[in-house]
Amino acid sequence: MAQIKITNLRKEFGSFTAVESSSFTIEDGEFFMLLGPSGCGKTTTLRMMAGLELPTSGEIYIDGEEVGMKRASQRDIAFVFQMFALYPHMNVGKNMSYPLISQGMSKTDAKKRVLKVAKILGIEDILTKPVGGLSGGDRQRVALGRAIVREPKAFFMDEPLGALDAEFREHMAEELRALHDRIGATTVYVTHDQLEAMQMGDKIVVMNHGVVEQFGKPQEIYDWPATKFVAQFIGSPSMNFLDFKGTLKPKAKTVTIDGHSIQIPINLGGASGNLSLGVRPEHVKFSDKSDYKGVVTAVEYLGTTQIITLRTPNGVIKSRIDSDKHVKDGEIIGLEFDARTLTLFDNASGKALKSEANRGVFNNG
Amino acid sequence: MAEVILENVTKSFGDVLALDNVSLSVPDGSFVVLLGPTGAGKTTTLRIISGLDKADSGNVLIDGQPLTSQTPAQRNVAMVFQQYSLYPHLSVRKNLEFPLKSPILNLSQIEIDAKVKEISEILQISHKLDNKATALSGGEMQRVSIGRALVRTPNIYLMDEPLSSLDAKLKADLRIELKNIQANLGQTLLYVTHDQIEAMTMATHIGVLYEGKLVQFGSPRDVYENPVSIYSANRLGQPRINILPADLFAGNIPPGAKSIGLRPEQIEQGKGEDASVNRVERLGDQTRLHLKFKEYELITVTDAHTPLQNGETVKIQVKKPFYFDANGARIVEGNK
Repeated sequence: MAQIKITNLRKEFGSFTAVESSSFTIEDGEFFMLLGPSGCGKTTTLRMMAGLELPTSGEIYIDGEEVGMKRASQRDIAFVFQMFALYPHMNVGKNMSYPLISQGMSKTDAKKRVLKVAKILGIEDILTKPVGGLSGGDRQRVALGRAIVREPKAFFMDEPLGALDAEFREHMAEELRALHDRIGATTVYVTHDQLEAMQMGDKIVVMNHGVVEQFGKPQEIYDWPATKFVAQFIGSPSMNFLDFKGTLKPKAKTVTIDGHSIQIPINLGGASGNLSLGVRPEHVKFSDKSDYKGVVTAVEYLGTTQIITLRTPNGVIKSRIDSDKHVKDGEIIGLEFDARTLTLFDNASGKALKSEANRGVFNNG
Repeated sequence: MAEVILENVTKSFGDVLALDNVSLSVPDGSFVVLLGPTGAGKTTTLRIISGLDKADSGNVLIDGQPLTSQTPAQRNVAMVFQQYSLYPHLSVRKNLEFPLKSPILNLSQIEIDAKVKEISEILQISHKLDNKATALSGGEMQRVSIGRALVRTPNIYLMDEPLSSLDAKLKADLRIELKNIQANLGQTLLYVTHDQIEAMTMATHIGVLYEGKLVQFGSPRDVYENPVSIYSANRLGQPRINILPADLFAGNIPPGAKSIGLRPEQIEQGKGEDASVNRVERLGDQTRLHLKFKEYELITVTDAHTPLQNGETVKIQVKKPFYFDANGARIVEGNK
């Protein structure tokens, strides 16, 4: 069990900066997600934490001890890769006990430990089976078991579900999270899938181009994105942006978009220039009273809900509404935005403007 | 454009029965999506219609004409594969022109230019026409390969997971584009996928395939709201439908019912019996509740900002549930 603290961690490969001064803290027992598109530096960050890459500068603390320059083997962590490699000539039990025996544990103790972990994973019935004939799910459970038996301080996982098809992936994600809840070990998990990050994570770091864009709890990041990148990357469909030019005085409670006054959370700093109003699809409401209109260009049925795409004077936006409402292509609809949920962005910097509603997120990392 | 009908089509590969007596009608101008996991027979169906594979028995009719004896070229179908297959040494324009230069068509350069212009505008690649095919992003390449099918006017378009290799954002954009193109051109399209979102958002009709059999055929709303079996019910809906013993909840259980099926909207919260909250999963726009009810686990959905925490209890009751018999077939009350 361990707390892991990263301060100003940086990695350069020649002239390319893979990770730029990242800082964040992973609390003991957390399921922690490193999230971002490919090339954002998330895997490099994980590899530095594991000791597979040396940082260019910055520190990594595991339980208060600086380990940045230590060997992987001295860090007492377990790494689970995307492709689980099992020893094909050994049975399940032997695959799991191997790391213990090679560390010098007695056969009897190793056997006990393997049985205990096999029970947690629900694979005690297959311990004597060869790994060759196992299903994908069981192979993954054995690979996890081999990491768990060592009782390391932390688990590091690099897209362990990346290669699985959608249905099985969702099932394994649930199983992995339930397993974490049972054993409670600090877990750091790399993914590019925002839904997986939201679903499994206690906290998320969102990275882009080597930079930490935001760090916090999933719901907080979803509700109050600190940058346009985060607003777009998290959520499906992603946050809508209504682009406009304007000036916002400190303490402003409204913005004027295309001649319409729209209520916003009280703005703190003020801004001017090219701005955009960010609104999540589920907060775009239909209202006959509103004279801010959109034209329906697509209707997508999703079972419980439907996604309506509309053309507005400030760009294309999407609304998520209940599927029992009847909406037609070409229909003109009055739109309202739930004032409590809106975020304004400065388009030049891509950063969110501070308001009464989102001020909390600016204090994190 | 044409109507395509499959009559009792069966196809085996060695011992494996890929298609088992499939009858399917793809109406003229419709967008039919075949949905099913790997191995359900989706791609085999496409390959038989295109002529790449031959059925062991049964007929394929295009506008009433049996096509089993014709070659792929004579069938006049256009196929788009999962992996874009462009000519890398040619420009986007040349790639799009290629199918139109077939001597059978005998088109003038003016006609070809007009067609390429029209399709490239629809697909928003007209500004890239003179780029080399390899100087494009993945999404652009896939649009060109869809475009290469669309420049033709075949009897039917056949598409095999054409969006699966694209990232989420582009996938969402192309779903809408593809649906609009098909609707605007009024063409018949048969599309294969294992992605339920693609099926629900684009299809006029969904065909649910299971181990080589067509188990349900209807509009997305119909398949979602009136599944014929547990298997069909499982194909649509996120989170997945809960399947539990029929007598777990109070209520009138129809005779022969073995299981009850509950989508999140079929579970009312705040009334009924206690369930304990195993886990609160906040997805942003909604929150999933993993519940334990009388030793059974189920998942439902609640408000994004619910104050519920792990370990608390919530009352639940069922609302218009589905019932299934021992074979997993739906029991529709008053209908039998």
